[in-house]
Amino acid sequence: MTTIVIPRVNYLNVKTTVASWLLTRDHKRIGVMYLVVVALAFFLGSVFAAGVRIELTTPEGDFVSADTYNRLFTMHAVFMVFFVLIPVVPAILGNFVMPLMIGAKDVAFPTLNLLSWYVFVTGFLFTIAALALGGVDTGWTFYTPYSSNVSESNVLLAGIGIFITGFSSILTGLNFMVTIHRMRAPGMTWFRLPLFVWALYATSLVMILGTPVVAITVGMVALERAFGFGIFDPRLGGDPVLFQHLFWFYSHPAVYIMILPPMGVISEVIACFSRKNVFGYSFVAFSSLAIAVFGFLVWAHHLFVAGISPYSAMVFSFLSFAVAIPSAVKTFNWTATLYKGAIWWRAPLMWVFGFLGLFLVGGLTGLFLASLGLDVHLHDTYFVVAHFHYIMVGGAIMGFFAGLHFWWPKMTGRMYSDGLATVAALLVFVGFNLTFFPQFILGYLGMPRRYHVYPEEFQVLNVLSSSGASVLAIGYSLVAIYLVYSLFRGERAGANPWLATGLEWKTESPPLPHNFPETPIVNEGAYEYSKREVKVA
Amino acid sequence: MLPGIPLFPEQASTLAPEVDNLYFFVTAVTAFFALLVVVLVLIFAIKYRDRTGERVGAPITGSIPLELGWTIVPFFIAMAIFGWATLVFFHIVRAPDQTLEVYSTGKRWMWRFQHIEGQGEINELHVPLGRPVKVIFTSEDVLHAIYIPAFRVKADAIPGRYSSIWFTPTRAGEYHLFCAEYCGTKHSGMIGRVVVMEPNDYQAWLSGGGGLSMQARGEQLFQQFGCASCHLPDGSGRGPSLAGKYRSEESLANGTTVTVDDTYIRESVLTPQMRLVAGYQPVMPTFQGQVNEEGLMSLIEYIKSLPSTRQTAAAPAAAAVAAAPGAPR
Ligand code: HEM
Ligand SMILES: [Cu+2]
Ligand SMILES: [Cu+2]
Repeated sequence: MTTIVIPRVNYLNVKTTVASWLLTRDHKRIGVMYLVVVALAFFLGSVFAAGVRIELTTPEGDFVSADTYNRLFTMHAVFMVFFVLIPVVPAILGNFVMPLMIGAKDVAFPTLNLLSWYVFVTGFLFTIAALALGGVDTGWTFYTPYSSNVSESNVLLAGIGIFITGFSSILTGLNFMVTIHRMRAPGMTWFRLPLFVWALYATSLVMILGTPVVAITVGMVALERAFGFGIFDPRLGGDPVLFQHLFWFYSHPAVYIMILPPMGVISEVIACFSRKNVFGYSFVAFSSLAIAVFGFLVWAHHLFVAGISPYSAMVFSFLSFAVAIPSAVKTFNWTATLYKGAIWWRAPLMWVFGFLGLFLVGGLTGLFLASLGLDVHLHDTYFVVAHFHYIMVGGAIMGFFAGLHFWWPKMTGRMYSDGLATVAALLVFVGFNLTFFPQFILGYLGMPRRYHVYPEEFQVLNVLSSSGASVLAIGYSLVAIYLVYSLFRGERAGANPWLATGLEWKTESPPLPHNFPETPIVNEGAYEYSKREVKVA
Repeated sequence: MLPGIPLFPEQASTLAPEVDNLYFFVTAVTAFFALLVVVLVLIFAIKYRDRTGERVGAPITGSIPLELGWTIVPFFIAMAIFGWATLVFFHIVRAPDQTLEVYSTGKRWMWRFQHIEGQGEINELHVPLGRPVKVIFTSEDVLHAIYIPAFRVKADAIPGRYSSIWFTPTRAGEYHLFCAEYCGTKHSGMIGRVVVMEPNDYQAWLSGGGGLSMQARGEQLFQQFGCASCHLPDGSGRGPSLAGKYRSEESLANGTTVTVDDTYIRESVLTPQMRLVAGYQPVMPTFQGQVNEEGLMSLIEYIKSLPSTRQTAAAPAAAAVAAAPGAPR
């Protein structure tokens, strides 16, 4: 065993007062602060999900009332989408490692970065207030005119929360974009950038261009609700379907805000543990941009049965198929990266395998929904629920965990138990499939989503789904346990426990307050494993 | 199949097998690709496993032919699915010309169905076997959606507009009807059943109910609201003649044209000034608040039945005879 040097002064111990955290401009600390809030949101969201799954074990509405049930699934989605999925990879992992990866001291605007966090927390608090006052019952999609004129729940408050949170995305996107343009270390050319950075760049684009639209839309709902402006309610001369166009013009691209960064993580982890270049680097990089751009052109595939003209439906269906191609290209490239690798089975890679399996199913079932003739039957059924959970939980959250396990030693300077982490990945994978696969069948059978009470013949599949959810819960809890344990008892990690190539591994773990003792100079691509003699340090 | 666990929905309309065949095809294609990737990942992960973590992989960076191949091949496969799915979709959205029409309104949390012969029903829809049926519907409050899984059809009910679905039932029996668009508290209680009956039983059921036909009811309203005083059949009134107008093109005061369909008629009754017919003064009053959704639908049925004056100036009674109960329309 070699002795591992623990940096005497690192970003964690340089100052330890509460104020030193709350006023920090260090991107690493800000990343950790996001982790805390997002973990809280994830916990809350999971509790609501548990409520939903318990209710659905029986066909009758016997666990909670209909109104409570509607609030449960709405609050579940609101917390998960806006406070977990959107920030989870960019704001936590992106903030922490992106500046390290490009050899920068920090992001371009460190104070703005801190402000983003406060904006995020403010939005979070508003949403918590909406929850504390009884929650919202509109579904996370806030369809009008129900949300604007009928619902008696706290739509305004939650709307304000989401509106505010949106600005945190916009500011983060802006900050990342400028950072990637301006702060790269000498020699870090665009095509030497790690693919995670490319993914964050593409994501920032979507955040900056898309988020204002949802902010405006939420604003319009608020105006109609508070002052009776006739924008969406036909009784006031408005158009209810207009809302759906505006909402999905943001929210479809938003699903790419959720999945692109985890895709970037996957490229990093696969390259490291197969000790190879990512196959087709530039194709993987550009597919991120292609997804970001084309992602703006498919929103109406959520409206195929909402009375849009059949010809426009055709166009949006075509574009939805087209946007699936870059995702397929990425998947093939990841698979090819493993070919003739020297594959080191470590926990982060196990989470990547989980990601691959689940994202594959999620993406391919997107093709069913993009198929006009099938979507008429499948729209607003459990099939859709299963589809986006495969993408967002199976894809985005698995990808986040892959990244968290990969960079945890960097963030904390400690190792966790690789065995437990592998077991957890397996539990989550099995639990996930048990939970969501039956929902595809339920959906094709015709069970509509957002149903509190359902016909008896659907019970068996629902019970299966609920039991899978308990396995999933055990899996996630296990992660929380061994990670927290590692903070106190974990082995020291050393600068580069995975023998990885990125710049973030060239500095200590945990990194110094300003990342590098001196600005690194880059003279090769991101994944030149095969050129280098990799040996245990 | 295990008893009690359905894995596949009943097929009870002509559209159902079409949708299902497409579904099997897409399932087969996607399963193939899923298996391909999973198997390759597993093989590579096992075959190239390195327990030491010290070795390095082969110096491969990519391959343009491969990239092109796995871009182009999936694209063409996607286009094949797209083409087939679009064909099926057009069958689903394009009703045949001759259909039996039923009107419906959704409101929180029930469905009302109005047969043109006069019968009304709530959360139940009786239809005959083997005949194409078209359901024309709207919502009185928020969004809803009519969804009949056994027929594989669905469409949103949107306040202020008419939507429609059509189907030809192929099996007698009872089928679920769900509200598929979230509408608040009792969304999951906004359900009903579709009863597909043998044609004879259906006739018996139809004649069992009472009430005026929608057309006759529409005519009553037409008189009662005083529509008849302006919309004279010969076009000499203060409003345009409505005879033979249904499905025709109308020139508007703003220079555009519109097809006179259900939605336009509805709008003209409720917000007459919105799209004014060229050559007329904005004198028509609004009937907002005086006529309900069913009344509107009856008025539409009545206007539909008015024959073109050029063909015959006879009273609408002739049309009423043509639209005898059960006659295909
Ligand atoms: C691989 C390409 C994909 C295609 C072709 C696709 C297609 C679709 C379609 C057509 C729908 C609408 C279904 C309906 O409402 O009836 C849908 C729903 C959805 N998809 Fe995808 N999808 C893809 C990938 C993704 C990705 C990458 C994400 C997220 C990271 C995602 C997240 C969602 C969500 C959240 C919904 C449902 C939203 C809701 O109704 O609440 N999809 N998808
Ligand atoms: Cu979408
Ligand atoms: Cu409903």
